Amino acid sequence: MKLAIVKYNAGNIQSVIYALNRIGIEPILTDDIDELKSADKVLFPGQGEASNAMNYLRSKGLDQVIKDLKQPVFGICIGQQLLCTHSEENNTECLGIIPAMVKKFPPQDKVPQMGWNTITDLKSPLFKGIDEGSFVYFVHSYYVESNPYQIGTTDYILPYACALQKDNFYAVQFHPEKSSDVGEQILKNFIEL
Amino acid sequence: MLTKRIIPCLDVKDGKTVKGVNFLNLRDAGDPVELGALYSQQGADELVFLDITATLEKRKTLVELVKRVAQNINIPFTIGGGIGSIEDVSACLNAGADKVSVNSSAINNPALIDQLSREFGNQCIVVAIDTRNVDGNNIVHSHGGTKPTTLDTFKWAKEMQERGAGELLLTSMDKDGTKSGFANELTSFISTHVSIPIIASGGAGTMEHFTDVFTIGKADAALAASIFHFKEIGIPELKTFLSEKGIRMRN
Repeated sequence: MKLAIVKYNAGNIQSVIYALNRIGIEPILTDDIDELKSADKVLFPGQGEASNAMNYLRSKGLDQVIKDLKQPVFGICIGQQLLCTHSEENNTECLGIIPAMVKKFPPQDKVPQMGWNTITDLKSPLFKGIDEGSFVYFVHSYYVESNPYQIGTTDYILPYACALQKDNFYAVQFHPEKSSDVGEQILKNFIEL
Repeated sequence: MLTKRIIPCLDVKDGKTVKGVNFLNLRDAGDPVELGALYSQQGADELVFLDITATLEKRKTLVELVKRVAQNINIPFTIGGGIGSIEDVSACLNAGADKVSVNSSAINNPALIDQLSREFGNQCIVVAIDTRNVDGNNIVHSHGGTKPTTLDTFKWAKEMQERGAGELLLTSMDKDGTKSGFANELTSFISTHVSIPIIASGGAGTMEHFTDVFTIGKADAALAASIFHFKEIGIPELKTFLSEKGIRMRN
């Protein structure tokens, strides 16, 4: 199985690579259009700031490549947000693959949300074998508003979409690569889709 | 609901875990990666590795440690110890660290925090603040908490948030090594006046001390070292105890 990770300017890809290694996968990290197109599965992880990431993707022509992918694609953290329509982070037009809006957490509690929180209302093969209310690790200041493509819910300040699926595009806000055994199972589930 | 976090801290020197009483008289307590993996299995929510090796090859030893931890452990971890530049941070993050902790370098050059948060995002920038009471005032200390600065702890915490810290690691040097409880009053004051998470550190001796630091101290996370290393308190028992006290824990 060929798993490609989209190489772009949103950092901390190394821990995703190590997490995949632990479940026996040797991913390739690439921004080569043919490599991405020919992969069996594509991972779109990352941390960082939305407008810089979008500018970079556009400058490399990767925005269109990602939109055109037909194999299972898995967005993680900023990857999830970039799959959406628009982000309030520096008023950024995102890829628009999943019609959903990215908002900044209101300041009723500490921002970023940093730590372990539960995932509920799970409905996707991505969460096969994952119990309702399992804990996963989050670090983020922006969230995806509730929407029809929501396959998981988390509550921090307000309930929001911690996971999305539309066609072959899957995405989560949390970090499966840092979420202990639960996260490892979710990565395995994606591999087995 | 977000849970409170329990964070074991592993002080590392020359690749080995150490813990000192008030940071002096270091004792050896094993391999950091093995110990970290054990804590992870026991339910630790995060780990902090503080590399106190002082050599010219500093960055190399830091990166080696980060790499080994990231390969073997599937919960988040922070690396600290002499991190002073964008290059240091970049090297640690690229090797797989989730967050970096900056202490003295921020005191010497506060604008470093602006640069780091712009470059890497504030979510991965932890500012460590060592504080000690001097004549009734809480004063930031540098050099492993030994040298007083002219900075007021509360004002410094606010400044670090404004410059882009994503989290504060607040260590009470008055409490560190005493096992007499966390500095709850100061922790609470800072935690309720900033909008970023606070990790409280220094003084953990009993399970009740953890209850207090979350309820009275309003901390988002509590960090301890020797009580975990020397098995005085087990993490599973601690988390059960805190859950029973109504504090949200990851189980």
